[in-house]
Amino acid sequence: MVQISLPKNSKVVKGKLYKDKTGSKQLKKVNVYRWDPSVGGNPRIDTYEVDMKNCQSKVLDVLNKIKNEIDPSLAYRRSCAHGVCGSCAMNMNGKNGLACTKPHEEIKGDLNIYPLPHLKVVKDLIGDLTTLYKQYESVEPWLKTSKKDDNKENLQSKKEREKLDGLYECIMCACCSTSCPSYWWNGDKYLGPAVLLQAYRWIEDSRDEDKKERLKKVADELKLYRCHTIMNCTNSCPKGLNPAKAIASIKKMLATT
Amino acid sequence: MSAYKIIDHEYDVVVLGAGGSGLRAAVGLSEAGLRTACVSKVFPTRSHTSAAQGGISAALGNMGEDDWRWHMYDTVKGSDWLGDQDCIEYLCKEAPRAVLELEKYGVPFSRTEDGKIYQRPFGGMTKNYGNEPVQRTCAAADRTGHAILHTLYGQALKHNTEFFIEYFALDLLMKNGECKGIVAWNLNDGTIHRFRSHITIIATGGYGKIYYSATSAHTCTGDGNAMVLRAGLPLQDMEFVQFHPTGIYGHGTLISEGVRGEGGYLLNSKGERFMERYAPKAKDLASRDVVSRSIAIEINEGRGVGKEKDHVHLHLDHLDPKIIEERLPGISESSKLFANVDVTKEPIPVVPTVHYNMGGIPTNYKAEVITMNGSEKTVPGLMAIGEAACVSVHGANRLGSNSLIDLVVFGKAAAKRAAELIKPNKPHEEISNSETDKCLDRFDNLRNGNGSNKTADLRLSMQKTMQSKCAVFRTEKTLKEGLNEIRKPFDGIESISVKDKSLVFNTDLVETLEFDNLIRQAITTMDSAYHRKESRGAHAREDFPNRDDKKFMQHTLSWCNGKKSRIEYRPVHRSTLTNDVQYFPPKERIY
Repeated sequence: MVQISLPKNSKVVKGKLYKDKTGSKQLKKVNVYRWDPSVGGNPRIDTYEVDMKNCQSKVLDVLNKIKNEIDPSLAYRRSCAHGVCGSCAMNMNGKNGLACTKPHEEIKGDLNIYPLPHLKVVKDLIGDLTTLYKQYESVEPWLKTSKKDDNKENLQSKKEREKLDGLYECIMCACCSTSCPSYWWNGDKYLGPAVLLQAYRWIEDSRDEDKKERLKKVADELKLYRCHTIMNCTNSCPKGLNPAKAIASIKKMLATT
Repeated sequence: MSAYKIIDHEYDVVVLGAGGSGLRAAVGLSEAGLRTACVSKVFPTRSHTSAAQGGISAALGNMGEDDWRWHMYDTVKGSDWLGDQDCIEYLCKEAPRAVLELEKYGVPFSRTEDGKIYQRPFGGMTKNYGNEPVQRTCAAADRTGHAILHTLYGQALKHNTEFFIEYFALDLLMKNGECKGIVAWNLNDGTIHRFRSHITIIATGGYGKIYYSATSAHTCTGDGNAMVLRAGLPLQDMEFVQFHPTGIYGHGTLISEGVRGEGGYLLNSKGERFMERYAPKAKDLASRDVVSRSIAIEINEGRGVGKEKDHVHLHLDHLDPKIIEERLPGISESSKLFANVDVTKEPIPVVPTVHYNMGGIPTNYKAEVITMNGSEKTVPGLMAIGEAACVSVHGANRLGSNSLIDLVVFGKAAAKRAAELIKPNKPHEEISNSETDKCLDRFDNLRNGNGSNKTADLRLSMQKTMQSKCAVFRTEKTLKEGLNEIRKPFDGIESISVKDKSLVFNTDLVETLEFDNLIRQAITTMDSAYHRKESRGAHAREDFPNRDDKKFMQHTLSWCNGKKSRIEYRPVHRSTLTNDVQYFPPKERIY
């Protein structure tokens, strides 16, 4: 039997308990992953008792309430608060999603909040997405066309344009890639569902003249074929997109051309 | 503050902000061969441009006859004649080219039957100088901003723009009235960076978060505007805050004007299409200030809907579900998520919500920042674009879909002007450390704040004051109270509490710095509103219900450096840029 030992500081320990001071009868226990590089040591789970009577409906509202009223040191990314910027992606009770669109009512019992899985943690709920962004760059996400006429648009039929639906809406929140076991193990080489969805968005664009090259570029044992159709990506996408299908389509195109 | 180690960088140009305008400028600068750094506190695609829904205006004429002069007239009228017509001419004339360029970059625009860019009707956009509605707003379903932002980021990658992501800019480096660069804090590792540049382009967006209820993102804190104020320069027309007629009641999420463009309409509690009374011709597609005021009047006169009678209904349940699915999928999703409404069956509860800042850093049409020092002067080394800037093309009220076009037209103009002004790799002159020290002193003071005032509490107090004293309708009394009240949260900074003292992703400190930025803009907004004793565009004074062109065909300039603030005026430009179009003299504004 192989024995695997984890580094000492990877063990998550019990942290502080922030007891309710409002006297509310409607409390929810919110357990949040905390780690501060300037302090070091083990990550911990702090527990906040939050008055849900005066809290709006989403998980982000709970976090904001903690930050505004209980503990301003809690660090997380957030911006638009309605599911278009992709900042507040995190793991809530075992499932990746956007805190700003996830109703906390859907989570019975304690609320458990962790950073997106398998990312290097920068601080608290903030994960390091540098690798994913580099991979995004590598699929050359821009239109390649030789048409030069500045006074006219490229024509694209409604049908051709429809092919981009379900692809261009991706907000790069990384919920899908960080839910994918293949990406966990080979995240440095496998492009992962988010980036492959984007690769496919350009492959499918009727205006693009580089389709063949684009396909060739991703046709790689590690970049593409590490996808084993586990489907976590599609299950976790907060925008209802289907990266697994996009990956399957790329594989199919490669198999048939 | 020698305690902070400083990492130095030298660039030809620094772009501050990576939203639509910042990225468009960065692309142009890279194309011109200028060494460009793009510094942003969020990853580019997280910028608030991503939230723009309905579209981008340009007189392409894909859906019937159109002319950029008609677009210009509509924009001038929309601005209630506070816009500078030379700049508006530039915007509208350049618009079609800018949109075609975006299409070439790869923006997935919706399409017409013959494969051209789809255009929809939008508020205030008309045919033939104010006649029937025209379809001028180019759309990628109702996710146009998202589509443009992601595409522009791709272009910037193509041109190898150097990004400094999750760097929070602290202040401008000024020397003898010239801008020499910026100081920024890298959130990911806690280091301080000094960027020297021949030109700094501010593209930091609006400051909607001075209000309690806004469609703006949490990060819309107008950081660049505040840096300009701290540099002793003025902001312009800050009293003009746009309330979008249709934010989701209770949550503030934007519901695009595209909904009304596609045939949606507003109803009060009596089931009346009340906009017919306020804007007989344009009805629900009157400009935003008009529709927001009409809703506010309906509510004030007891015809609001709901338990509190404090909002109205936006209907699109009469539209073909197929059209909704094709053209308005995003708002269907938002309505479900934030109002629990199925738009194909029920109306959306909406209320006017703070959405856009017409005011900002004064510039000319080349994006160069201007100030008044006896007379109008440009500030060497400093430019501003996008919502941060006040060119002014939007004047007292911006038309829907004119903001996205503003981003790309003036983003491009800034790059063009920068390329005229400087040669690549021009050597940098020495600057003393005193400017950097001053900036780090402020940073260090806030970081070590051990007082009793929580940032979140001061911010809330500012937001509530702005919401109650400087809203859709304003009076001498509310504004006068506002003048005093809004200064209290500013004074509260002296005893601020920052619990987190670390330097890596210290969001407690980030929010404190953002509050310090917001409150200065809140003060200038209140001051400017108090001093403008007329009603024009988004600035509606109940005690001065009419526009006063004799006294106020002028831009407000507002300085505020901490406790000291000052107001001056400069005349609106009363001429066009070329002879391609005639000046549109002020007249009564009826929709």
